[in-house]
Parts: sequence; C-alpha cells; structure tokens
Amino acid sequence: MTPTYYLLLSALLFAIGAVGVLVRRNAIVVFMCIELMLNSVNLSLVTFARINGELDGQVMAFFVMVVAAAEVVVGLAIIMAIFRARRSASVDDTNLLKY
Amino acid sequence: MTSFSQAAVVLAQQGGEDVVGTGEAIAFWVLGPLALAGGLGMIFVRNAVHSALWLVVSMLSFGVLYIVQSAPFLGFTQIIVYTGAVMMLFLFVLMMAGRDSADSMVEVLRGQRLLAALFGIGFATLLVGALARSLVNVQAQVPPDPYDPARGGGAGGLGRLVFTDFLFAFELTAALLIVAALAGIVLAYRDRREGPKRSQRDLVEARFRGEYKRRSPQPGPGVFATGNSVATPALLPDGSIAPESLSELIESTNTARLIAEQDRVLGSQAEHDDSRALLAGEDEQGSEQEGERK
Repeated sequence: MTPTYYLLLSALLFAIGAVGVLVRRNAIVVFMCIELMLNSVNLSLVTFARINGELDGQVMAFFVMVVAAAEVVVGLAIIMAIFRARRSASVDDTNLLKY
Repeated sequence: MTSFSQAAVVLAQQGGEDVVGTGEAIAFWVLGPLALAGGLGMIFVRNAVHSALWLVVSMLSFGVLYIVQSAPFLGFTQIIVYTGAVMMLFLFVLMMAGRDSADSMVEVLRGQRLLAALFGIGFATLLVGALARSLVNVQAQVPPDPYDPARGGGAGGLGRLVFTDFLFAFELTAALLIVAALAGIVLAYRDRREGPKRSQRDLVEARFRGEYKRRSPQPGPGVFATGNSVATPALLPDGSIAPESLSELIESTNTARLIAEQDRVLGSQAEHDDSRALLAGEDEQGSEQEGERK
C-alpha cells in the first residue's frame, strides 16, 4: 500500500460527513457530521505532511483542531440557546429568526 | 464504481513502496474500515447518543492512524481533545437538549434523502477517482523521526514551527479562543430571574395559604413633612411605632440613635418639635437639654 490510501479514506469519510449534514435532522448530529468532515481533512493534512516528509501539514492539522474546539463551544452554545427557546433540537423546527 | 476499481488497480500496481511497512498496512486495514464503519454508523443510527458513540469509534481510529503516520503528538491530541473533551461535551449537550430526539422519518423536503445519497456517492466517486489518478507516482519521503526532536520531528518540531513560521496564525488562534470562550459564556447564559410573573391574585392566594407571615402587606415607612426615608418609622393610630415598619438593616446599623428617636416619638422623652413626632414637643429648652446631654 501507499500513503495515498489514507487520502482515499479521508475522502470517503468527508463524503459520509457531507451526506450526514444533509440527511440528519437533529442539530447536534449535524454538528457531529461537521466534526467528522474536519477530522477527515485533518487525516489528509497529516498524510500530506508524511508524504512530503515535512511537518507543515501537521501544524495545519493542529490549527484545525484548535478552530474545531472553538467552533464546538460556540455551536453547542447556540444549539442550547435555540433549544431553550424552541424546546427542540431539530433543524426543521427552527424556521423563524425569532421565537 | 468503475473509478473505484480503477483506483484499486492503479494502486495495486504501484504497491510495495518501501516507506509503508507491513505493520502500518495491517493497522490501516484494521482501522480504516473501523473509521468508515464509525462514520456510516453515525449517519444511519437514529438515536443521537448512539450516533455520538459511533463518532467516538471513528475519532479513536483517526487518532491511532495519526500515530501510525509518525504524528504521535497529533494522535494523542486527537484522542484527548476530540474523544476526551469534544465528544464528552457533545454527549453532555445531548443529554440536556436532544436526548429524546430520535430523528423523525418524515421528509420535510420530498426526495431530499435520495438526492443527498446520490450526491454523497457521486462526490465520493469523484474525489476518490481524482485522487487515485492524480497521485499515482507518489514517492513518499521518509518523515522526520517523531522521537528525535533535535532533528525536527514530533512535538518539538511542531512547537518550533508554531512559534516561528506560523507565529501569526498562532496568535490569531489565541484571539479566537478568547472570543470563543466569551461567546460560550454569553450564549449559554440564562437569566435565572425570568419566569412566569405572579399575578396579584396568585399573591393573595399564596398569602392566605400561609406562604408569608403576614396576610396584609408590610407597613411602609412613615412619611412626614421633612422626612420620607426608609429609616422613618411608621406610626400606628395611637401614636406608637409600628414595629414592622422598622427596617432590620437600618435598625442593626444605627440602633442607639433610633432608640432615642423612638423614645422621643413615643412621648417618653418628647423634647422638641421633631418632624417625625406626632406629639408636640415642648420648646427650645428641650433640644438644648438634649444637646447638653450629647
């Protein structure tokens, strides 16, 4: 095998995450699908770093992790706020900007 | 599907690169399907908590794959940050907000699932085909030894890069984390005081059920020509002080003076015309006497 297999794996998982974002209706699960997409991109970045024999890709994956952590905090807080207002975490119920 | 088979053929032809050892191949073929199963399970399981657990499987596989690819720092960070912190946060929020929210089978947009599945298959085919065709002649370099920081591998090399080449991005990251922490506080803050306001009728009923000590409202402070402060005691019809009108806080801080004034108001030592007194004081003499006493 070659390191290319890792890239194929990450492409497949990215597609799975994208389909999950489109299909699932629970906002938290949609958020988890986004996390899966971020993770698969991380895998490809690490693989690129390994193919090039450099560490730059790993640094970028590290930054992606930091941004993902910040994003999780804000996103989950927003989901909690919406849940408090609407008593529902479904993306179908959130069809108004207010209330 | 043809591109998948093409990719397999192309990749099989160039197999046997020296960089990828047998152990790594075994790890990949065990963990790769596991990660895929985790992703698929997350999509197809209806219960949100089960979805989160499948995602944990996927993320753990990712972490081990990083370690296998000579990125041990990222691998452990993945396990600690993602499966340790982020997924626990997800489960925490799920238990609060989405525990009973199994996805409904009702399609709000007709045909959306079918179209999404088609999109996913097409996207994956395109991506995999393009990657497999474009990366045919990949000559993988030997990565820097992650356990030899002196030669620029592993966490030491990462740290050097973060603080030299990527310093500005790193500082932006610091700002981002601060903003995210503030946003979390602001968005998750709930004003505990809000809630259904009790109507007057509710309060009356609560009083007569014995929720409060008195059934009538508390007497307010006394209001006279020159003083309407909370410290002014209210007077009952017979001229005596209504004890409940005295503020506990003020009483406890200024007891001595208030007692003297209470006595004066009660008439026991009525000495001068006090605006708070109902009983007429005698004259200037009294106040002088009082001044001498002080």
